[in-house]
Amino acid sequence: MNAPKLGWSDVTPKSVFLNRRAVIAGAGAMAIAGSVGQAQAQVAASTSRFSTDEAPNTLEEITSYNNFYEFGTGKEDPARNAAALTVDPWSIVIDGLVDRPGTYDLADVMKDQPLEERIYRFRCVEAWSMVVPWIGFELAGLLNRVGVQPSAKYVAFETLVRPEEMPGQRAPILEWPYREGLRLDEAMNPLTILATGLYGEEMPKQNGAPIRLVVPWKYGFKSIKSIVKISVVADQPQTTWNMLQPSEYGFYSNVNPTVDHPRWSQASERRIGAGLFAGRQDTLMFNGYEEQVAALYAGMDLAANY
Amino acid sequence: MEAVNSFARRIPVNAVYVAGVMPFVWIVWLAFTNGLGVDPVKAIELRLGELGLQFLIAGLVISPLRWAGVNLIRFRRAIGLLAFFYVSMHLMTWVLLDMGLRWEEMADDLVKRWYIIIGMVGFAAMIPLAVTSNNRSIRRLGAAAWGRLHQLTYVAAVAGAVHYVVLVKAWPVEPMIYLGVVCLLLLARVWRNRQRSMAQSA
Repeated sequence: MNAPKLGWSDVTPKSVFLNRRAVIAGAGAMAIAGSVGQAQAQVAASTSRFSTDEAPNTLEEITSYNNFYEFGTGKEDPARNAAALTVDPWSIVIDGLVDRPGTYDLADVMKDQPLEERIYRFRCVEAWSMVVPWIGFELAGLLNRVGVQPSAKYVAFETLVRPEEMPGQRAPILEWPYREGLRLDEAMNPLTILATGLYGEEMPKQNGAPIRLVVPWKYGFKSIKSIVKISVVADQPQTTWNMLQPSEYGFYSNVNPTVDHPRWSQASERRIGAGLFAGRQDTLMFNGYEEQVAALYAGMDLAANY
Repeated sequence: MEAVNSFARRIPVNAVYVAGVMPFVWIVWLAFTNGLGVDPVKAIELRLGELGLQFLIAGLVISPLRWAGVNLIRFRRAIGLLAFFYVSMHLMTWVLLDMGLRWEEMADDLVKRWYIIIGMVGFAAMIPLAVTSNNRSIRRLGAAAWGRLHQLTYVAAVAGAVHYVVLVKAWPVEPMIYLGVVCLLLLARVWRNRQRSMAQSA
C-alpha cells in the first residue's frame, strides 16, 4: 500500500499558512516601504474560525474593482479618485437607543476591540464575487460597549458626505448620504464586522477607509463604507438602494440563489480573478454562511423579504 | 464639402473593413496580455457591445450627412457589417465567457430578463440585414423592398441602446448618451420625411 505523500500543508491549516505567508510578505513590504519613506501601518490581527480556506483575491483585484459611487460609478473610479479623501481625523456619531451616545473618535471606537483577520466570500448583487481577507472586529463588541437599550430593533448606518473630496457626490446619482441598516440580531451576529483593514494593512480608501461594515451573507451594497454615523433605532431604517428601486433591492438583500434580481439571475456568479475561460460557479445560499445565519430567518418568506 | 467628398472617394472600402476590425484585434491583444483590468470578461463584453452600438450609430449618421452634402454612402455596407460583427462577438462573449455555456441559465434569461430579450431582438433584427448585404440581394428584392427591409436598422439601434440602459444599475450617463444620440438620429428622419411630404403637398 502506498502511503499518501504528506506535505507541510497537511499539518498546517491553510488559513494559518496563508496568514504566515501574509506576515512574511508584509514584512518584506514594510522593509521596502520603509526604504522609500512611506511605511504603511501593519495591523496586527489574530486568525478566525469564521475564515474561509478559499484563496483570497489579490490586493490589486480588491483595490482596483470597486463599487463606491461616492467616487464615481465606474469600477475603476474609486481607485482613481479616492486618494483625496481625508481619513484622519475621523469620528463616528453613535446615537439613538444607546446608553452612551456621543461622537467617538476612531481610536476610541476601536479601543479594546480585538482585531481579527476574517477571510470572507464577498458577493456583489451584480453577480460577481471575490474572497477578501478583511481585518476588523465584531460590531456586537461596539454595540455592547455603548449599551443597546431594550426597545432597540435596528441599527442604521451613514457614509460620509463630503463632495469636495468625493466627486461622485456632486451628482445626484444616489440620494446622499449613503444609508444602510441591519436588524439588531443581524448586527449582533458574530459574522458581522466593522473592518478597518485588509491584507494586514489599513483599509485602502477605495474600499471604504477608515472603517466599513462587512456582512458576508448579504449582497455587497449592504456593507456600507466610510461610516460616520451609527444609530440604534426602533423602526426599520431607510436604505439607499431600497429608496432608489424598492422592487429590486430589499432591506434584507441576503445572498440567495433562488430569488432572482428582477433584471438578472442570482443563481451563479463570476469569481473575479478566475481567468478568461473560468465561466461561473454556483451561488451559495446566504453566500455559504447558512450554518451561521439561517436561524435568523426561520419561518420568514425569503422571496417576499428579499 | 467637395473636399471631403473627393477625399472620401479616394479611400478604398476595404480600408474601412481593415480599420474597423482593428479595435477587435486590440481587445484580443489586451485580453491575452492582462491589459483589461481585473475583470477582463466584463471589459470584453462591454467594449464589444459599445463598438457594436457605435457602428450602428455610424451607419445611421450616413443619411443625415448626405442631406448636408457629404456623401459616404459607399462605406455604409462595411459599417453595417462591422456593426453586425461586433454585436455577434458581444453575444459570443456572453455565451462563452460570461455565462460559461450554462445553457439552462441562458434559456431562463432569454424568457425572463428584459435586457436580454431586448438585446436579442436587436441581434435578430440584424441577421436579415447582414444576409442581404450584397448587390445580388438588392437586385432580387428590388431597391424599394430592400430599403424597407433595411429599416430594421432602426429596430437594432434602438434595441441596442435600450439594452444598455436597462442592464445598468441606477442612471449612469454613458448609456443615456447612446440612447439620446440614437433617438436624435431617428427624429432627424421623422423631421426630414415631414418636410418632404409638406413640400410635396404644397
